[in-house]
Amino acid sequence: MNGPAGTGPSGGVAVRFKDVFSIIGPPMIGPSSSHTAGAARIGRAARQLFGPLPKRADVIFYGSFAATYEGHGTYAAIVGGLLDMATDDVRLPDSLAIAEQSGMQADAITGKGLFPHPNTAELHLYADAGDEKPAFTLVGTSIGGGNIEIVDIDGFKVKMTGNYPTLVIQNADAPGMIAIVARLLQQHGINIGTMSVDRKSRSGEAMMVLETDEDFPPTLRGELAAYDEIHSVRFVHIT
Amino acid sequence: MHFRTLRQLAEQAEAAGLSIGRYMLQEQAGESGKTPAEEFQQMATYYGIMKDAVRRGLTEDTTSRSGLTGQDAKRILAYRGGAATPSVEVPPIAGAAPGADASPGAKATLGAGSPPHAEAPLGAEVPPGGHTLLGDEASLAMSYALAVSEVNASMGRIIATPTAGSCGIIPGVFVSCQERFGWSDEDMTHGLFAAGAIGYVIANNSFVSGAEGGCQAEVGSAIGMAAGALADMRGAKPTQAIHAVGLALKNSLGLVCDPVGGLVEVPCIVRNGFGAVTALAAADMALAGVRSVIPSDEVVQVMLEVGTAMPDTLRETARGGLAQTPTGQQIMKDLRKKK
Ligand code: SF4
Repeated sequence: MNGPAGTGPSGGVAVRFKDVFSIIGPPMIGPSSSHTAGAARIGRAARQLFGPLPKRADVIFYGSFAATYEGHGTYAAIVGGLLDMATDDVRLPDSLAIAEQSGMQADAITGKGLFPHPNTAELHLYADAGDEKPAFTLVGTSIGGGNIEIVDIDGFKVKMTGNYPTLVIQNADAPGMIAIVARLLQQHGINIGTMSVDRKSRSGEAMMVLETDEDFPPTLRGELAAYDEIHSVRFVHIT
Repeated sequence: MHFRTLRQLAEQAEAAGLSIGRYMLQEQAGESGKTPAEEFQQMATYYGIMKDAVRRGLTEDTTSRSGLTGQDAKRILAYRGGAATPSVEVPPIAGAAPGADASPGAKATLGAGSPPHAEAPLGAEVPPGGHTLLGDEASLAMSYALAVSEVNASMGRIIATPTAGSCGIIPGVFVSCQERFGWSDEDMTHGLFAAGAIGYVIANNSFVSGAEGGCQAEVGSAIGMAAGALADMRGAKPTQAIHAVGLALKNSLGLVCDPVGGLVEVPCIVRNGFGAVTALAAADMALAGVRSVIPSDEVVQVMLEVGTAMPDTLRETARGGLAQTPTGQQIMKDLRKKK
């Protein structure tokens, strides 16, 4: 594109809504884009990051989510997302029953304390129903029109919209890690759109979240995992 | 995208010699790296879903799970004397809809869903729109908008435009105008790109969710998007079409988000019906040469300012406004009991 520099949001200014389909769309099962479609996407992002079907899920609601989750089917939508359903999956309204049949116990909880956005959900996923500590946690916000922002994964502060193919890497906080990842992506001709990095402590665990323009080749996981410093490689595809 | 304001959007489209819709298609393809044909196809699919939602809202039972709403689109259609084209066959509404039981007010005023001149066989002697004060076209747009919003409330499939709460307005005016003007699906798809371009600017400079900015951000934005797109489709110059956006938005500034029981039903559904009518009016104003004295981009800024100043209680929490009226509270209590 050849517009004057700086006039377009893509010319350096971050935009919350990336394109025409974040305004017209998504196709979805009603009744609420933020409380149903956005919620389903938050649940689905959590599921894809976690991997298998969790045996148990605590769904903690804040703000407007806490006030109105019953009426909008927010809870059913998040549970549907945890079952890897898309926003226009006709089974969404029946997700609670389907979860039960599939062996996932789920609980809706009203959260207390601070939250980053009026529509915030926190998910605690457990590998086993009896576990005391969750195996995975995620905080997501639903910012309108089905658009979301995942702001926290396992305690790492991140920025992830789910609008692009997303790569989530957990690694040792060591020099050169970002370069390794960037180089591998470059070799595959993958362009990085956005990237967020956080770490728990100096030289401790770190997380990278990369949103890219292209899909990932199947070999990428192995190529990344070959590095000792890289502890986990996960992909999210909920565009 | 190369634009971040409505003015830039309009000026760039004009410089390119394109309608807003066609310019946006080009911009979208540039942004995503896909071909314009691919982007167009996705939008065309969305338009198909919109048309299907209109049809379902007029032919299927749209009583919501709460029982609070549903079937009103059919009431309007019956009252006005049928659809403009026989493309949708509307089954008669036998007696009051089940949904009406939950809202005594609706029952009293609507009777058995009959218009004042119920003796006249509907659709025969009464010309379409014959009963209505609004007239043929606007009443049709209104009923189509209600139809889609009712499909949404009854957990059917819709396209969020920009949200599900406001999903009726754009299909309402688009589908009714398509029938009226004989526009092709291709024309309509370009129109959706125009609506999306306008929404893109509003969303990135202000907001499009009731939780952040009140109903002005949802229903208000949808009306502005529909109005600007309609003017664009009717051949207004882009800079002229953009006036429709500001004109429309000014009319919904301050509209609060106060869904009864937290459900996207009351007042959301009727606001979509009103929204369709307002969108037609705003587009007509702009096409007639009426200007938004306060430029549309400044109106978008006002929406941001007003929405930010709105108390929490009026931003989708169901803790204020209509949701907290005595009747609103009673409905909420009844819903809890029903659970
Ligand atoms: S009242 Fe609130 S929930 Fe209903 S349409 Fe308006 S913004 Fe959406």
